[in-house]
Amino acid sequence: MIDLQLAAAEVFMVCAICVVLLVDVWLPDERRLLTFRLALLSLVGAAVCSAYYLPNGSVTAFSESFVTDPASAVMKIFAYLIVGLVFIYSRDFLMRAGLFKGEFFILALFALLGIMVMLSAHSMLTMYLGLELLALSQYALVAFDRDSPIAAESAMKYFVLGAIASGTLLYGISFIYGVTGTIQLGAIAAHFSQPGAITVPALLGLAFIIVGVAFKFGAVPFHMWLPDVYQGSSTPVTLFIGSVPKIAAFALAWRILSESLGDMHGSWQTMLAVLCVLSLVIGNIVAIAQSNIKRMLAYSTISHVGFIFMGFIAGTEDGLQAAMFYTLVYTLMAAAAFGMVILLSRSGFDAENLDDFKGLNARSPWFAFVMLMVMFSMAGVPPFVGFYAKLVVLGSVLDAGLIWLAITGVLLAVIGAFYYLRVVWFMYFVDPVDDSPLDAALDFRVVISANGLGLLALGLFPGVLLDLCARVIG
Amino acid sequence: MNGLPILSILVWLPIVAGIVVLALGSGARAGQGKVVALAATVLTFVLSLPLYSAFDTTTAQMQFVEQIPWITRFEAYYHLGIDGISLPLILLTTFLTPLVVIAGWEVIQVRAAQYFAAFLILEGLMIGVFAALDALLFYVFWEAMLIPMFIIIGIWGGERRIYATVKFFLYTFLGSVFMLIALIYMYLKAGSYSILDFHALPLTLNEQLLIFLAFLLAFAVKVPMWPVHTWLPDAHVEAPTGGSVILAAVLLKMGGYGFVRFSLPIAPDASQALDWLMIGLSLIAIVYIALVALAQQDMKKLIAYSSIAHMGFVTLGFFVVFSIAANSTGGDGARLALQGGMIQMISHGLISGALFLCVGVMYDRLHSREIGAYGGVVNTMPKFAALMVLFALANAGLPGTSGFVGEFFVILGSFQASFWLAFLAATTLIFGAAYTLWLVKRVIFGEVTNDGVASLQDIGGREFFMLAVLAVAVLILGIWPAPLVELMEQTLGNLLIHVSQSKL
Repeated sequence: MIDLQLAAAEVFMVCAICVVLLVDVWLPDERRLLTFRLALLSLVGAAVCSAYYLPNGSVTAFSESFVTDPASAVMKIFAYLIVGLVFIYSRDFLMRAGLFKGEFFILALFALLGIMVMLSAHSMLTMYLGLELLALSQYALVAFDRDSPIAAESAMKYFVLGAIASGTLLYGISFIYGVTGTIQLGAIAAHFSQPGAITVPALLGLAFIIVGVAFKFGAVPFHMWLPDVYQGSSTPVTLFIGSVPKIAAFALAWRILSESLGDMHGSWQTMLAVLCVLSLVIGNIVAIAQSNIKRMLAYSTISHVGFIFMGFIAGTEDGLQAAMFYTLVYTLMAAAAFGMVILLSRSGFDAENLDDFKGLNARSPWFAFVMLMVMFSMAGVPPFVGFYAKLVVLGSVLDAGLIWLAITGVLLAVIGAFYYLRVVWFMYFVDPVDDSPLDAALDFRVVISANGLGLLALGLFPGVLLDLCARVIG
Repeated sequence: MNGLPILSILVWLPIVAGIVVLALGSGARAGQGKVVALAATVLTFVLSLPLYSAFDTTTAQMQFVEQIPWITRFEAYYHLGIDGISLPLILLTTFLTPLVVIAGWEVIQVRAAQYFAAFLILEGLMIGVFAALDALLFYVFWEAMLIPMFIIIGIWGGERRIYATVKFFLYTFLGSVFMLIALIYMYLKAGSYSILDFHALPLTLNEQLLIFLAFLLAFAVKVPMWPVHTWLPDAHVEAPTGGSVILAAVLLKMGGYGFVRFSLPIAPDASQALDWLMIGLSLIAIVYIALVALAQQDMKKLIAYSSIAHMGFVTLGFFVVFSIAANSTGGDGARLALQGGMIQMISHGLISGALFLCVGVMYDRLHSREIGAYGGVVNTMPKFAALMVLFALANAGLPGTSGFVGEFFVILGSFQASFWLAFLAATTLIFGAAYTLWLVKRVIFGEVTNDGVASLQDIGGREFFMLAVLAVAVLILGIWPAPLVELMEQTLGNLLIHVSQSKL
């Protein structure tokens, strides 16, 4: 019984998804909004479960293959919040595009369930299970707009590459299993804490696992899928893929690299450092050349991944907290950025190009300001919270004595600032191409305003989220 | 001190007023927005006066201190306070911002609410930079300032405004991020972000050198020093009048402020080891940039280059103190040089601000900044010509104006370091006079050269007011600088003692 209680949020989510699925089947199209409401309701329910069973310490269940701890609970609640934002931002866009189907919500909820399982994974197989649930739901989400050839192409590309990456990860896991004789993360950590346990097969396994992790994050050189998938999916799907799964990627790196293979830090530090620098360079420089906003944000994601890796590279508790803080902040910023892209779209017209932001200040000063906050936050300019995200990861690498990495990071952040500034200049300094006002439902306006202002509020009082991360991790 | 958090009020009042102005919008209620903007800036100025009257000039301690925990995890505090270095700069800021609002009163027609709001928010952030005693808080104000300035140049600037504003942003951003690394590094050593803790932090020479260089990048870009000055002429030329005024009068001072607040006290040994570099760069700015100014065809560019040359005196005054101390034959040349640098900052703030306002006045009428488009302005605008000539003479360092005091102090101090140093610095009296007076000759004096000039209207009450206020300030500081000197006396003396003690 106690095991099921610990997994209450996951159990609830499975049940809720079944309910949504069954209800949706019987709904006529004009009453499809009920699916949307039920999906939001299941997020609230899951949040209640996670908060109610918010544990004080780390408790394992199901023969040590599942764990609940405060960090995973906090990140789950954050994931519900972001998925809620995704649903609200997506609703009207999907309706206009004729894509307002129950499948979108069900697939997204399944993906969320995968993320929840990953966050609570305490064995390699639980992790893999969650990962595949997430990945399969995402492949289907990308192909969701089935009349769009570019979406089908992206889904195919994503599926093939994703399957290879999953296979690589599994291959690495099998090496670790072979070396240690266990798949439980705690037992693996215990094995490698013995002197002389780090052998060549273990390193080989580690290398394959790193490839899998890097692919899920979209770190260079395993990033090829990312821009194409971001661009090819319909914007609500991009919004989903661009935000929440980063929490899952963090969970993957955290549980496997930090918690179970922590004693091999010396080995994976260099590997991650290479991936980190490459991601920073390629992400920031290639983003400058993009004229498609979704592609630009895709490369911007890659550069943010570089910063998240910095926290892991430091290898300290502080570094892990910094990486968690960065991940959470990033999902908030990404949700707001793609939300703005959706806001600019109208029936029969997808805002895809940077040019669509031209003159936004003349059309709607408030939403231009929201986008300005998001862009400066992503660029890491105070007083927005993105600055503190960069501050904590830089602090952790400096603390680890990696001054060269910190300098590389800030130099590329300056280069990266250029393409964020370009969005601001298009909005503020250029005359609008078309003057039609933005139309969006009231809840959309309220939520995206809160999302943007949240970046400012967290920037003025970053202590709230920083303390939370510090309390739950380590 | 009556318990009122006066520094916080000075920081947040303009920012809140800026939000109110934004909320009023540029539509039907734009007029009310302008009134709010003017009232808020004047009120801020009035509220900053008690700082001066209640300031205790007998101590070098921080005054009007406010300290509230902010980010406990970093030991970062919302920590404000002022000493004799920051007080004059805060007064300069609160004094100039109302004039900027007045300067834009009738001129700004496009998105007026956003224009005034940007300046109000900028004012709050600038005061925050000068008042912050916590390095993280300082950095937040320092960087946040870039956002309104970016918008101001970008929306209301001239033809090449986008190029200029992006260059401005990236240049200053690049400089600042290295400062951020230095700040984090010191935080990790000191365990807090308090600037005063940083002052007392023991550092090896190598650490000091690296930290000094990181700060140098940030502050040299801001001052700006040769060779990282190239953003300034572009930004100045393209910025609207108000933007140029704030840029020249206050933003550049932040570089100088950074040197005395961070570089000198935190890394005194590195400052001493690298003073040849700083003096060299300052002299290049004073001599070479003055020659560059001589060749300009664009009035704003000329004043921009003249700003760089004048700011060279500031950095010269700050870093010549080590060689003065080394050659000291008694007397207090070092203190003279430091004071000269500080006075030069305040005085340059007033004079360059006034000169940019003058160019703005002419630009509003003829929409040209070219020197060649004017000539004989005195014939049609006698009141304006009188004021402009006064500011030009102050810029050239005429005794009796504030421009003279700072330069004279620095040159006098430099004599105790080396004759040739003082000699090179003193060439500014010739070059400065040359480019400024030649500018005046070509623009103001002579026959009316074209129909545009012939049709000029002399300045009205609004423009006369803003220039006259500045003229009075320039003259008062020039004739009677004692109150300003007294304000800084203790703090600078203390700084000098601190700097002369090696941290090794």
